[in-house]
Amino acid sequence: MTTTTRIERHHYDVVVIGAGGAGLRAAIEARLAGKKTAIISKSLFGKAHTVMAEGGAAAAMGNVNSRDNWQVHFRDTMRGGKFLNNFRMAELHAKESPQRIWELETYGALFDRTKDGKISQRNFGGHEYPRLAHVGDRTGLELIRTLQQKIVSLQQEDQREFGSYDARIRVFSETTITELLLDGDRVAGAFGYYRESGEFILFEAPAVVLATGGVGRSYKVTSNSWEYTGDGHALALRAGATLINMEFLQFHPTGMVWPPSVKGILVTESVRGDGGVLKNSDGKRFMFDYVPDVFRKQYAETEEEADRWYTDPDNNRRPPELLPRDEVARAINSEVKAGRGSPAGGVFLDIASRRSADEIRRRLPSMYHQFKELADVDITAEPMEVGPTCHYVMGGVEVDPDSGAAFGHVRGLFAAGEVSGGMHGSNRLGGNSLSDLLVFGKRAGGHAASYADGLTARPKVAVHEVEAAVETALAPLQRDTGENPYTLQQDLQAVMGDLVGIIRREGELADALVRLAELRERVAKVSAAGGRRYNPGWHLALDLRNMLVVSECTAKAALERQESRGGHTREDYPAMEPKWRQVNLVCALDGDTVQLTRKPLPKMRPELIGLFDRAELAKYLTDEELADFDALVADAGEADNR
Amino acid sequence: MSGKRQFRIWRGDESGGDLQDYMVEVNEGEVVLDVIHRLQATDAPDLACRWNCKAGKCGSCSMEINGKPRLGCMTRMSTFGDDETVTVTPLRTFPVIRDLVTDVSFNYEKARETPAFAPPADVAPGDYRMQQVDVERSQEFRKCIECFLCQTVCHVIRDHEENKQAFSGPRYFIRAAELDMHPLDARTDRKEYAQAEQGLGFCNITKCCTEVCPEHIKITDNGIIPMKERVVDRRYDPLVWLGSKIFRRGETPQTSVTTARQGSATPGSARGGVHSHAGGSHDSRAETQAQSGVNWHREVPHPTAPAVDDRGKLPLTELTFDRAAAPSPFGDDVTFPLPPEHLNFAHPEQDNKH
Ligand SMILES: Cc1cc2nc3c(=O)[nH]c(=O)nc-3n(C[C@H](O)[C@H](O)[C@H](O)COP(=O)(O)OP(=O)(O)OC[C@H]3O[C@@H](n4cnc5c(N)ncnc54)[C@H](O)[C@@H]3O)c2cc1C
Ligand code: SF4
Ligand code: SF4
Ligand code: FES
Repeated sequence: MTTTTRIERHHYDVVVIGAGGAGLRAAIEARLAGKKTAIISKSLFGKAHTVMAEGGAAAAMGNVNSRDNWQVHFRDTMRGGKFLNNFRMAELHAKESPQRIWELETYGALFDRTKDGKISQRNFGGHEYPRLAHVGDRTGLELIRTLQQKIVSLQQEDQREFGSYDARIRVFSETTITELLLDGDRVAGAFGYYRESGEFILFEAPAVVLATGGVGRSYKVTSNSWEYTGDGHALALRAGATLINMEFLQFHPTGMVWPPSVKGILVTESVRGDGGVLKNSDGKRFMFDYVPDVFRKQYAETEEEADRWYTDPDNNRRPPELLPRDEVARAINSEVKAGRGSPAGGVFLDIASRRSADEIRRRLPSMYHQFKELADVDITAEPMEVGPTCHYVMGGVEVDPDSGAAFGHVRGLFAAGEVSGGMHGSNRLGGNSLSDLLVFGKRAGGHAASYADGLTARPKVAVHEVEAAVETALAPLQRDTGENPYTLQQDLQAVMGDLVGIIRREGELADALVRLAELRERVAKVSAAGGRRYNPGWHLALDLRNMLVVSECTAKAALERQESRGGHTREDYPAMEPKWRQVNLVCALDGDTVQLTRKPLPKMRPELIGLFDRAELAKYLTDEELADFDALVADAGEADNR
Repeated sequence: MSGKRQFRIWRGDESGGDLQDYMVEVNEGEVVLDVIHRLQATDAPDLACRWNCKAGKCGSCSMEINGKPRLGCMTRMSTFGDDETVTVTPLRTFPVIRDLVTDVSFNYEKARETPAFAPPADVAPGDYRMQQVDVERSQEFRKCIECFLCQTVCHVIRDHEENKQAFSGPRYFIRAAELDMHPLDARTDRKEYAQAEQGLGFCNITKCCTEVCPEHIKITDNGIIPMKERVVDRRYDPLVWLGSKIFRRGETPQTSVTTARQGSATPGSARGGVHSHAGGSHDSRAETQAQSGVNWHREVPHPTAPAVDDRGKLPLTELTFDRAAAPSPFGDDVTFPLPPEHLNFAHPEQDNKH
């Protein structure tokens, strides 16, 4: 009791964990619904991962090509995700993202413009039309700054009305949540610590929105920052929610591979969208050899056709460099394996020989800057060396598509953004994440607010749970016999990178599970040197258990799914299997072990499945499903004749 | 380049601390932040340091490296001599929390005080129409990654805690400038606000902020100076007034430096070269005019009289001021006699020579 009485306590209606695009958008919505809202973030306000997104936000506004509309966007998203997406999420996303982007302009965002003054849109891998609203190559920065500034403007309103900026929306920066607290099956609050002081803090709130982003720090080569330790995934599991699609990780095809210190840092897809091509050490533009059958119709077969596409996309097919990310990542992987890689173990991405120096500097200013300053490479003069890097996790909290409420046996928990699962299926299209954050951030924030409204009594935080949380948090500091957290992190990264990487094999996955179990023992005994004030070693020690449980989910699901699809490639099962398309793998926690169950995918509504060609569906669906589809088409035909 | 290198890193907290020596392994192609990470993983697991993106995009890893405010992730080790000791200290202007981490809440407070974007009342979402050229000026400022390097370097607050109350700093001057230049912002008093509330008058255009900005934003030339000029348009400004008296050519009696853009260009002795006082104004016409001789609309750093307090006095007294005698009413950045190229004067006969 003594330990818990002195903990700083706050009461809120909605607590949003995460200050990236999804979290900020959710918080804005909850505050607009009149709820007292807290935003919690591990780093400073405005530094969340969203800041790093480069290419743009996909929304079918049709500003550049008026043939674009939500149906086309929906189709691209489903195709990109290899039809494993939750169709309802893909539908909502395609329908609502234009409004969400336009709304940003009313908050002060300044996107690049078309000639007639509308928001300009650019081409991106997997999108049929130019669709990505962008600002040079710093779209994520624009998005997060705009939302940040919108929150400030709401705070200014509150200041005028109530005399305090923090009256209805407050940002707790550099604060990490380590535990969700429950009252029965209802969320009652969240417990964490201020990174600055190491002091604990308790939020009592009936509704929590998770917007904590991804898990990439479990990999050695990653574009993700230290924040991406899968906290939200783990918090959800421990609170009784479920995760889906955890086997699907996106390896971005073009991360920097040289110099070693920047290994993993991203080279945006827009380099390819704006004319960059991939070449192997023989100087060959190899992507033409890797166009899979399912995409054959949409992609150019000759360099000439591909090159014409940049200026005349209506009459030519796309260059194969713009295939979805999983395809490009695998292609690069094969080239390197076949001994045709670059000196640092990647391939060459060449824009220098294809566009003028001026144009490169104007269209890709921050890429130019990044290479110049980080690698001392002038991309207007020489090719870049790139290779696959762990980038995005498609899997996440299983949610109700409309409200973002978590499934499983917990109420009052919502999730949005990268931490949620389903929207992107087995592979995310570039640019679909930023718009996903806005669409589902808004939804989750709004629904969390109405859930809080609907409660008759506030759930209560139990004292013994807080005591347990304090104890767990302090444990690494009190032990001095355990291992250094940095060593453990490196070992975990090695297991995941080597055994659960881009190309997976049964034996290695089984081996990974054994090693993860060993690591679990070691992580339970981790010790951190130093005190509680801003101690990164201690912070990492606490994050490790989250990374571990999430890695277990990924490894288990990857072992179970005996096929290759999107962000999951099994060397021993190289083909896509229509039967597996009907299955989501669901992870739950039983005690502290990960349980895996199979769950059928929701069935697409007739008017949505009707948007596809039969020939295309035939590549994804089982025979029975195709028969259903035929019956549907026949019905519709008869209805027309009547 | 691989091998052990000497590092001196400030360790401590608000109660004090000192520089500690470390010998660390450094490999080819590494940046200062890599070395700090290596130290965390080996000798100093509790060494506190902020970072996120490791690619110069988030502005978390600000620190002072050999005395210069920089991003740790963008400072390549190859920029130092092989046996040069690298000294890393926390940002000086903000209170230390621990080691390299400082309390930057000053900046967030100033951000919160700056009036937000005011959307135009009668334009629906989706109907915003703006031309690329018009958004570009503001976009330059929106590149800001909030690393606060410009804030830490600015001498107005670097060693003058007492000025923090009244001075928002370059980051927030360009925020005001950004909104001022936003084609659809409904507020019209951004400059006046900057002058009256943000302490723009304290700035004497030393340009240190521009120099350290990792995003290469021309904070002074494109942000602060235009803001100052526009403010002085409507206030008494001795130089503008002087300019308008000395020379009044034909149809454009000028009292304003920037508002009337159509003034007559006076071709003068072509100086060639690229030197221009147009201050990167994005105004190509002004730019060419400046190059071909006198340009009446060039954005020369105009001095501002220091802001006065509510008694109409300069807020500084000799006792607390950092130099002898009172500040010049013309601003500290102006020395007399004025250099000739800062005077708007063209010889009456110079046109005839052509
Ligand atoms: C280099 C790069 C480039 C990208 N480019 C694009 C692109 O062009 N287009 C696109 O659509 N997508 C892109 N993405 C993907 C996209 O940026 C991310 O998926 C998206 O930003 C995730 O946003 P989010 O709101 O879910 O979470 P984030 O923005 O990652 O925010 C997570 C937040 O949660 C907080 N948090 C985490 N754990 C805790 C905890 N335990 N306690 C408290 N707070 C916590 C963090 O501090 C942070 O504030 C890119 C990603 C990367 C890495
Ligand atoms: S130019 Fe002004 S704002 Fe910039 S550092 Fe100098 S005094 Fe400070
Ligand atoms: S203006 Fe430049 S130096 Fe100042 S905070 Fe922004 S990016 Fe940093
Ligand atoms: S770590 Fe993001 S700017 Fe250096």
